[in-house]
Amino acid sequence: MTKKILPGHGSGGKLMNDMISGMIKEILGRDSIQIDDSAVLEIEGGKIAFTTDSYTVTPIFFPGGDIGKLAVNGTVNDLAVMGAKPEYLSCALILEEGFGFDEFERILISMKESADSADIKIVTGDTKVVPNGKGDRIYINTSGIGVFRNPLQRKPIETGDKIILSGTAGDHGITIMSLRNNLNFSSALKSDCAPLNKMIDSVTEKFPGSIKFMRDATRGGVASVMNEITAGMNFSAKLIEEEIPVADEVKGICGILGLDPLYVANEGKIVIIADSASAEGITAELKKSEYGKNAAIIGQIDSVYPGKVYVETFIGGKRLLPLLVEEQLPRIC
Amino acid sequence: MNKELVKKLAELLKNRKLKKELRIMEVCGTHTAEFFKTGVKDLFPEGLSLIDGPGCPVCVTPNAFLDLAITIARDYDVIVATFGDMIKVPSSYSSLAKEKADGMDIRIVYSPLDAVKLANDNPGREVVFLSVGFETTAPSEAIAILEAEKQGVKNFSLLSCNKLTPPAVEALINADEVKIDGFIIPGHVSAIIGRKPWDFIADKYGKPGVITGFDACDLITGVLSLIDLLEKDEKSVKNEYRIVVRENGNEHAMRIIEQVFDVTSSVWRGIGDIPGSGLKIKSQYSRYDAERKFPATPPPVKEHPGCRCGDLLRGIITPPECPLFDKVCTPENAVGPCMVSSEGPCSAYYKYWRR
Repeated sequence: MTKKILPGHGSGGKLMNDMISGMIKEILGRDSIQIDDSAVLEIEGGKIAFTTDSYTVTPIFFPGGDIGKLAVNGTVNDLAVMGAKPEYLSCALILEEGFGFDEFERILISMKESADSADIKIVTGDTKVVPNGKGDRIYINTSGIGVFRNPLQRKPIETGDKIILSGTAGDHGITIMSLRNNLNFSSALKSDCAPLNKMIDSVTEKFPGSIKFMRDATRGGVASVMNEITAGMNFSAKLIEEEIPVADEVKGICGILGLDPLYVANEGKIVIIADSASAEGITAELKKSEYGKNAAIIGQIDSVYPGKVYVETFIGGKRLLPLLVEEQLPRIC
Repeated sequence: MNKELVKKLAELLKNRKLKKELRIMEVCGTHTAEFFKTGVKDLFPEGLSLIDGPGCPVCVTPNAFLDLAITIARDYDVIVATFGDMIKVPSSYSSLAKEKADGMDIRIVYSPLDAVKLANDNPGREVVFLSVGFETTAPSEAIAILEAEKQGVKNFSLLSCNKLTPPAVEALINADEVKIDGFIIPGHVSAIIGRKPWDFIADKYGKPGVITGFDACDLITGVLSLIDLLEKDEKSVKNEYRIVVRENGNEHAMRIIEQVFDVTSSVWRGIGDIPGSGLKIKSQYSRYDAERKFPATPPPVKEHPGCRCGDLLRGIITPPECPLFDKVCTPENAVGPCMVSSEGPCSAYYKYWRR
């Protein structure tokens, strides 16, 4: 019989200690995890960035990743887009009684691989077990600390600045949605979950003064990030539909369900606003990374509809792209 | 799609000089949304106006239907399976979203067959599928009943609010409340019923119509073609979506609809009871008819006094002309269904056109 999570694995007793020292610490980092009540960290002088995020996803394994990879990369990316170098990560696990050890182990290994690939150390953590039926197998919270090496200069955004997207829009959200609803039309569809810190490092190093804004376009997609930028401002953001990279599979599923990929979640894409002189160079630099190979300049800042985001369709028509009230729902026909 | 060609078509539409003002109605809700989304509406030449018709299935579903669904779910503790579009639509006193938050078991499905599977997976529970839609979805709803019968699934039933579109268009023309010069006719509906059932628009009422699809190319072609018919005073119904729509439609799908459903009258929000515009489950399949399986008495229907969804669906007003639009009625706090459905005219104006 496969080994499963029992209430005792969260009891503070021997079962828990054995699991932590024999498995979690073993996989996530025997050398990096400090078993004291707090991890003690070396930080260079200057400013640090600190962020936290909780991860819940159904299904926990999906093409292109799993909840563990998501939990590491999501926090790594939140640090990286601030211009900070991710250094240390915490990992808090909420496990549901009955959750299989084999799957748990796969998730821990995936977290470790992701952390290694992003060059971040997992230094502290916590484990809780909730009774059967009171959770959804596994929830993960990660907090991360990053150190500023190439802080963004954040000059004011102005008309003429370019909007850059680091790759195709909507891959993660559509992958999850199609799995949840058995809409598996295409085997090519997979989540874009990826650590973006190295790609971001390379552009911030080369174009220190040109990047005015950078954010990872997770929940709410590219459209929501763009609306955060323009809200209350005296400029608008124009996205050129033809220039926005969207994978064919994502286009297909969005077409059938009546969804707009610009509102769909990504887990490995950033939006950059940069001065127009450097935009081509930044895009070329992004393209050097495997996570940025489809990067493109997708629009620019102008003053046509101040405070708003709009799309120019390929035939030259315009429509607004406002913040959605809630998640998009598929239509009837 | 040959983008360069479509760009040229777009120029033709943009630069078209009309001989006189023209008012055309797009019947279908997907057309409503796509006219905005593709940017085609933005290219309309001066004098051409688009009137939104009654073709959003969520929008024309009357409060009474949702009231009944919620009452059945409460009285019989069933699992309600529904298309996502219906979730946020206000009923007389509540909405499926509010009921779900209060613990009602409501599941979003993508196909009626998913609801049959849900019934299979929950043998101890009754599953009621909210069958809302036009000719486009009716075949899959009929298939769900046939499939449930084949698999011997006893805990599945369907609450039908299925509607047929040509009678609603005829009712609008007969009501004569609003001037409509010609019609952009639904592409998906016509894929099922064919071109022929629309001939009455031209033959009986002397108005032209064009059946078209949903991408920018289809929409521009459809509108240009309708302008041509109007300016040449040609009273006919033209099929510009021949890749999908045949003269007689999808005869197989029509046979399946006829096998399971009888034509009946149906109440449309804003328009009222239209003879021959609804589908009810045939008596031989009555064990799959939720209305018969779960007798229920919903509370009296209540309409929001200021809501003008009805006038909107009859083409009398445009969304910005409704006094509630973007004031009392927003997507966060929708008063009427036209603001929540992704195909609703208010939702489209709110999202794409508040500039």
